Amino acid sequence: MTAATNKSFLADLLAGRPTADRGDAMSRLRARAVERVGALTVPNTHDEDWRFTDISPLTRLSFQPVRAATKLSAADIAPFVLAEAASRLVFVDGIYAPQLSTPASGPVVLSSLAAALPVQAIAIETELGRMAAFEHNAFTALNTAFVNDGALLLLPRGAVAEKPVHLLFIATQKEVASYPRCLVVAGAGSSATVIEDYVALTEDAYLTNTVGEFVLGEDARLHHVRVQRESSAGFHVGHSAVSIAHGSHYHGVNVGFGARLSRYNLDMVQTAEGGECTIGGLAMVDDNQLADTHTTIDHTKPHGVSRQQHKCIVGGSARAVFNGRIVVRKGAQLTNSTQSSRNLLLSDRARVDTKPQLEIFADDVKCTHGATVGQLEADEVFYLKSRGLSDAAARSLLTYAFGAEILRQISVSELRQRLEQTVLAQTERA
Amino acid sequence: MIGKDSKTLLDVQGLRATVNGIEILKGMDLTIKSGEVHAIMGPNGSGKSTFAKVLAGHPAYVVTGGSVQFEGKDLFVLAPEARARAGLFLGFQYPIEIPGVANAQFLRLAYNTVQTQHGKDELDPLEFDDFVREKMKLLEMNPDFLDRSVNEGFSGGEKKRNEILQMALLEPRVAILDETDSGLDIDALRIVAGGVNQLANKDNAVVLVTHYQRLLNYIEPDYVHVMDAGRIIKTGPKALALELESRGYDWVSAEARAGAGAAA
Ligand SMILES: Nc1ncnc2c1ncn2[C@@H]1O[C@H](COP(=O)(O)OP(=O)(O)OP(=O)(O)O)[C@@H](O)[C@H]1O
Ligand SMILES: [Mg+2]
Repeated sequence: MTAATNKSFLADLLAGRPTADRGDAMSRLRARAVERVGALTVPNTHDEDWRFTDISPLTRLSFQPVRAATKLSAADIAPFVLAEAASRLVFVDGIYAPQLSTPASGPVVLSSLAAALPVQAIAIETELGRMAAFEHNAFTALNTAFVNDGALLLLPRGAVAEKPVHLLFIATQKEVASYPRCLVVAGAGSSATVIEDYVALTEDAYLTNTVGEFVLGEDARLHHVRVQRESSAGFHVGHSAVSIAHGSHYHGVNVGFGARLSRYNLDMVQTAEGGECTIGGLAMVDDNQLADTHTTIDHTKPHGVSRQQHKCIVGGSARAVFNGRIVVRKGAQLTNSTQSSRNLLLSDRARVDTKPQLEIFADDVKCTHGATVGQLEADEVFYLKSRGLSDAAARSLLTYAFGAEILRQISVSELRQRLEQTVLAQTERA
Repeated sequence: MIGKDSKTLLDVQGLRATVNGIEILKGMDLTIKSGEVHAIMGPNGSGKSTFAKVLAGHPAYVVTGGSVQFEGKDLFVLAPEARARAGLFLGFQYPIEIPGVANAQFLRLAYNTVQTQHGKDELDPLEFDDFVREKMKLLEMNPDFLDRSVNEGFSGGEKKRNEILQMALLEPRVAILDETDSGLDIDALRIVAGGVNQLANKDNAVVLVTHYQRLLNYIEPDYVHVMDAGRIIKTGPKALALELESRGYDWVSAEARAGAGAAA
C-alpha cells in the first residue's frame, strides 16, 4: 500500500470530525490533533511497532462517524449490564446514551465529558490528552481529533468508590467509526474499580478507536478491567495511558476475545518513587483473527514494582502478537519488575509472535522475564483422560484453565464468571 | 482374596511395548481375577510403571506384541478415556499437577463421566461437594484440597491421597496403584491402606506396585510378582515379599537365568 492511500484513509476518516470551535479545552486539543493526523501516515509492517500486524484489511475499508444514533432500550443492553456495578455510562457507536446511563455526581464524579466540561473545566483541561501522547501514533491522534465527549471518572482525594464503575461501549452500525475516550483521575488515597467494556450488537465491520487516560495520585488504587469483545468482523484499536505516583497501585486486566483485527497499546509510566503496577493480559483468538498487544512499562524513579503476565490462546489460523517493553531509566534504582508471556497454540496454523523488550539503564534492579510458546502438555491431557474425560473435554478444560489464571485477577465476580463462560464456550468450539 | 467363582478381569499375555523405539516390556504375562490383590515388585527401571501406563493407554508407549483382555475384551481397541470408563484405574507414581483446574471441578467431571457411563445421573456441584467430602473423611483429607488446583503444590503424600480419593470416587474394576505408598508417612500409609481395603471387594481387583513389604502388612496380597527387565520372573505368596526384603533381587534374577538356561 502506498503512502498516498494511507494518507487518504486518515483524511477520509478525519472528514467527519466535529469542527465547531467553542474555544474550550477540547476544541483546542482537537485542533492540535487534527494537525498531527495531517502529518502522520497509517502504520504498515515496515514500522518496527507494527511489524507483525498488517492492517490492510482495515485500511481497505472505509468508515464514517455515525449519522443517525441507534436508539437502544434497556432490554437491548441487558445482556451486558452488571448488577454489581453501581454506576454506568453507556455509549452507542461512540455517542453518549444518557437514558441508559446512571452517572454519579458526588463525591465521586462519573459523567460524560461533555456534560462535565462546564464544571470540571480545569481538571479536564489539565489531564485530557496529557498522558496519551499522539505525536507519533496516528490512531491516538485520530481519536483525539474527534474528542468532544467520553467518559469521565473523577475521584477526589480519599474518595472510595465501593462498587465498580462500568463504562460500556456498544457498536451497532456497519461501517461506522467511533472514537471512545476515557479519563480517570484518581486523587490521592482514592480507590476504584473501573470496567471499560467494548461490545457489539452487529456482525458487520466497523472501527472502534479508543483512548483512555488513567492518572493515579499518591497512594491511589485503581483496578482497571478492560474487556474487548467486539464482533468478529469488527476492528479495534485501543490505547491506554496510565501514570502511577508514590505508593499508588494500578491493577490492570485486559482481556480480548473479539475483532477481526485488534491492537491494544498500554503505556504505563511510574512518575514518582515507589509506585506499583500489576498487569494481566489475555488474548484469545480463533479463525482468522489477529490480536496485537503492545505494552510499555516505564520505570523512571526508584523502588518501582511491576508485575506483568500476558497470555495468548490462539486457534484456527489466528495470530497473536505480544510486545512487552520494560524501561528502567537511569536513577530508577531498586526497581523490581517481572514479566511473563505464555502462549498456547491450539492448531498447526495458529501463530504467536512474542517479544520481551528490556531497556535497563540502572544497575541495581531486579528484572526477570520469560516467554513460552507451546501446546497443551501431553501428560496433563493423558492424566485427565485416564480419569474418563474425553480428549475434547480434557483439552477444553486445560485451555480454559490456562486462560482462567488471568481472569481470576478480575475482582468483579459477575464479570469474571461471564468471561469464564466465554472462554469455556470458545474452547469447546475449538 | 482368591475366590472359587471369581472371574478373570485382566489377562495379559506376552505383552511387549516400546518407548522412543526402546523395548521396555519384553513379554509380560499376568492374570488377575476378581477379589484378588496382586503386588508387583522389582528393581528400579524394570518396567513396572511402563506396564501400568501401557495398560492405561499413555500415548508415548507403543504396544509391539502380545495381548491384554479386560473383562474378556481387547483392551487396546479402547481409547484411554474408554478404559477408565470401563473400570480400569491407574494411580500414578508421579501424579500430574494441573494449574488452574480446581480439584473439585476435576473430581466432579471425572465422577460424572463414569456415572454417565453407568447410566446414572450426574451430580451438580453442590451435590458433589457433599458426596466428595464424605469420601475425603475416609482418607482423613482436609476439604481445603477441593479448592486448590489439581495436585498443584501438593506434597508427595498429599498427591498420593488425592489419587486414592479418585479411586474411591470412580470405584474401578481393576486399580493399579503405582507406588502409592512412596512418600507417605506412617499414619498416612495406614489411612491410605485402610481406604484401599475398604474399596477392595470380591468383584474388583487391586494391583499394588511397591518397593516395600511394609505396605503389604496393611494390604495383604494374594500374589507377589517380581518384575525384571520387562518381564515377570517370579511369582509367589505374600512371604516372597519378606524374603525379597531381606535378600534383595539378585537371587531371583539368578534363579530366573538358571531356569531359562535349564529350559534351553
Ligand atoms: N519416555 C521414555 N524414554 C526413554 N526411556 C524410558 C521412557 N520411559 C521409561 N523409560 C525407561 O524404561 C525403563 C523402565 O521404566 P519404568 O518407569 O517402567 O521403571 P519402574 O520399574 O517403574 O522403575 P521405578 O521402580 O524406579 O519406578 C527405564 O529404564 C526407563 O528409563
Ligand atoms: Mg515406576
